[in-house]
Amino acid sequence: MTTLTQRVPSRFLPVLATVVLFVLAFGFGSARYDGFASGQVIANLFIDNAFLIVLAAGMTFVILSGGIDLSVGSVVALSTMVTASGLQAGWPVPLVVLAVLLTGSTLGLLMGLVIHHFDIQPFIVTLAGMFLARGLCFLISVESVSIKDKTFRNVATAAIELPGGVTITYNVVIALLVVAAAMYVLHRTRFGRTVYAVGGSESSALLMGLPTTRVKVGVYVISGLCSSLAGLLFSLYMLSGYGLHAVGMELDAIAAVVIGGTLLAGGVGYVLGGLVGVLVLGTIQTLISFQGTLSSWWTKIVIGVLLLVFIAVQRTMVRR
Amino acid sequence: MTESPPPVVEMRGISLAFPGVKALQDVDFRLFPGEVHALMGENGAGKSTLIKTLTGVHRPDAGQVSLAGEDVAFSSPGEAQHAGISTVYQEVNLCANLTVAENILLGREPRRLGGIDFPAMRRRAAEVLARIGVHIDPASSLSEHPIAVQQLVAIARAIAIDCSVLVLDEPTSSLDAGEVAELFRIMRVLRDEGVAILFVSHFLDQVYEISDRMTVLRNGTLVGEHLTADVDRRTLIAQMIGRDLGTLEAIEDAAEKRKPSGPALVRAEGLGKRGAIEPFDLDIRAGEVVGLAGLLGSGRTELARLLFGADRADSGRLLVDGAPLKLRGPRSAIAAGIAFSSEDRKGEGLVADLSIRDNLVLAMQAARGWTRPLPRRTKDQLVEKYLKALDIRPANPDALVRTLSGGNQQKVLLARWLVTEPRLLILDEPTRGIDVGAKAQIQQLVTTLAAEGTAILFISAELEEVVRIADRIVVLRDRRKIAELDGSVTGVDEVVELIAGGAAPEKVVS
Repeated sequence: MTTLTQRVPSRFLPVLATVVLFVLAFGFGSARYDGFASGQVIANLFIDNAFLIVLAAGMTFVILSGGIDLSVGSVVALSTMVTASGLQAGWPVPLVVLAVLLTGSTLGLLMGLVIHHFDIQPFIVTLAGMFLARGLCFLISVESVSIKDKTFRNVATAAIELPGGVTITYNVVIALLVVAAAMYVLHRTRFGRTVYAVGGSESSALLMGLPTTRVKVGVYVISGLCSSLAGLLFSLYMLSGYGLHAVGMELDAIAAVVIGGTLLAGGVGYVLGGLVGVLVLGTIQTLISFQGTLSSWWTKIVIGVLLLVFIAVQRTMVRR
Repeated sequence: MTESPPPVVEMRGISLAFPGVKALQDVDFRLFPGEVHALMGENGAGKSTLIKTLTGVHRPDAGQVSLAGEDVAFSSPGEAQHAGISTVYQEVNLCANLTVAENILLGREPRRLGGIDFPAMRRRAAEVLARIGVHIDPASSLSEHPIAVQQLVAIARAIAIDCSVLVLDEPTSSLDAGEVAELFRIMRVLRDEGVAILFVSHFLDQVYEISDRMTVLRNGTLVGEHLTADVDRRTLIAQMIGRDLGTLEAIEDAAEKRKPSGPALVRAEGLGKRGAIEPFDLDIRAGEVVGLAGLLGSGRTELARLLFGADRADSGRLLVDGAPLKLRGPRSAIAAGIAFSSEDRKGEGLVADLSIRDNLVLAMQAARGWTRPLPRRTKDQLVEKYLKALDIRPANPDALVRTLSGGNQQKVLLARWLVTEPRLLILDEPTRGIDVGAKAQIQQLVTTLAAEGTAILFISAELEEVVRIADRIVVLRDRRKIAELDGSVTGVDEVVELIAGGAAPEKVVS
């Protein structure tokens, strides 16, 4: 059974490649800069990118099903706006959270229904959703609204002490819980496996008698829910709501998922890949800030190159 | 064959129209438990549509479907499956990115605590696979297995539930003889367990071997229902195509009259490629039809691809008109007048989303280069000529190739190569998966072309066809040319024996 020994790595190869890349990037930083190889730097990767981790988890569902969701960045902005203005108006925190999550999932549901029932490219529908959500932000306020609510600020600034003197925020805990939940749903449940089936071949999935409608609409609801949750985390991180928050973040999320080894064509990939993808992006950012003299825009250039390399690698793997 | 049990499926007065086409008109159909029922008809006769009406993919405009005496109206394949109708479609409809076990059981997998119980699922899948005699690792990814095994996995999926009706829509088109025998064994077991099996195949031998009863459709209408034992082939074909077999006999006569001689147009000397085909010698003269016979995987397509330059030979040489020709790729082959019509007409031949006209002129335009566009009038003349010559239906040059039936797509592909007026035409499985009528037309065309002086290399899995049409038959086994026979005096049995390895042939030493 030579196929058995060949198969196991080949399936995980893209994810493994990303992990190796992360280790290399981190090792490079540790060798080069003092204080890079500390637990807190790693913890900061999570703290500074918690919202992106959540976005990437939601995006993984959509991309695995063969779709794409361009609206997530705008939904993050809208969520910060709803959070900030809700708290400003004196709503209790639980109500604000509920309102934000409902807004995000409803937007996702609407986009999913339009994509499915009118059979329109997800690219177009979520592009429309992106403009809609961005526009809604400015309907609420064109100014940046800062968050002054006590409870909210307490949660935002609370530090959880880990062994070794490393501290993380609640954001990190929530993000990791989301990743765990996404892994369970995607890898262990019927819904999750059907997402893979639809991404592999939608017509086959339909003829196999699988509930494709539920899955195709469901992934956008999940992505919308994750976007609004990411928006809440982003509010905690920025402590403000603003219509120009998170511009272009959808592309960071897509980049993280793709660098994490998920095929843009759908059907192949892992939630964990998206997480590692985010960490790679974060490490590059940290490297450039440690370097000190390079413009932070170098991050974008490196991400661009990485993205291209990973797509090229995926391409050759698929052709093989 | 007793008719005592009531039919498990009864379809009455089924009509269904698609935009511009009446796919089914007032069709009745019955399926009895414990019987293999063959659904016969040409391509486009409505077989697949009728099946899809039964399995909930389409909903009929008129008529009633009943299952075990109760009226049903399925709105999705899922509902039909729950009611006990399992289907294996013509093309493998599984997800290659999932594991074998998932493909068999997804949608009804064993669960524990809300999640899928993967160990139990693999065990269950292994049981089902063992039942049909397939021994592969259920945890392996489906894409690792060849199409034939994937087809068996699709059948495993179909019988993984306790189905009362099993629909097999051309399950044998990608299987070799041994696998077909295995499938038939499984079908007989299921039939004896009382399952009603609906079977569609273009291979008449298989239909006669396995089926108990048959229903014949033509142009979306019911022609008749018979016990298989009561109908001979001639009657059946006449019913299917609505005309007699004179055409087929004329083809055979033509093959006998043709006696091409003269120097070889194309000659291969020790041409070979490691891992694809052992070095072989081959002469093809102008006006000659050379048939290539052999099992799936015997190197038929590989040989053709070498002649066309699609693969690079690593030994031997190719001569055209006696002069050595270095093939750098299909472009140089086309320039030398060699055309290759691929067996995979969807993947390698046609552009499905272009019109018949655009597909037709594609090869010719490529030969001229983009700087010299074909004038519209020339295009129209060409298209009109070939639409008529090949009887392509619909005869509308603007129809998208995607919407055509398999036989008509094949004709468009042929026409596309004919436009370039090739001197050697390689036809790889030109008649696979197409109906009897279109088959006869394509064979007719091959003989006409040969009479006009085109050299033809004809590859087909159907030996009868090869024997009928070819002047000379090259037999391949295990990626090696093992014999060359005179087509006019050779019978199918002789070729079969060679392929099976019974007789000692004149060996071409590698």
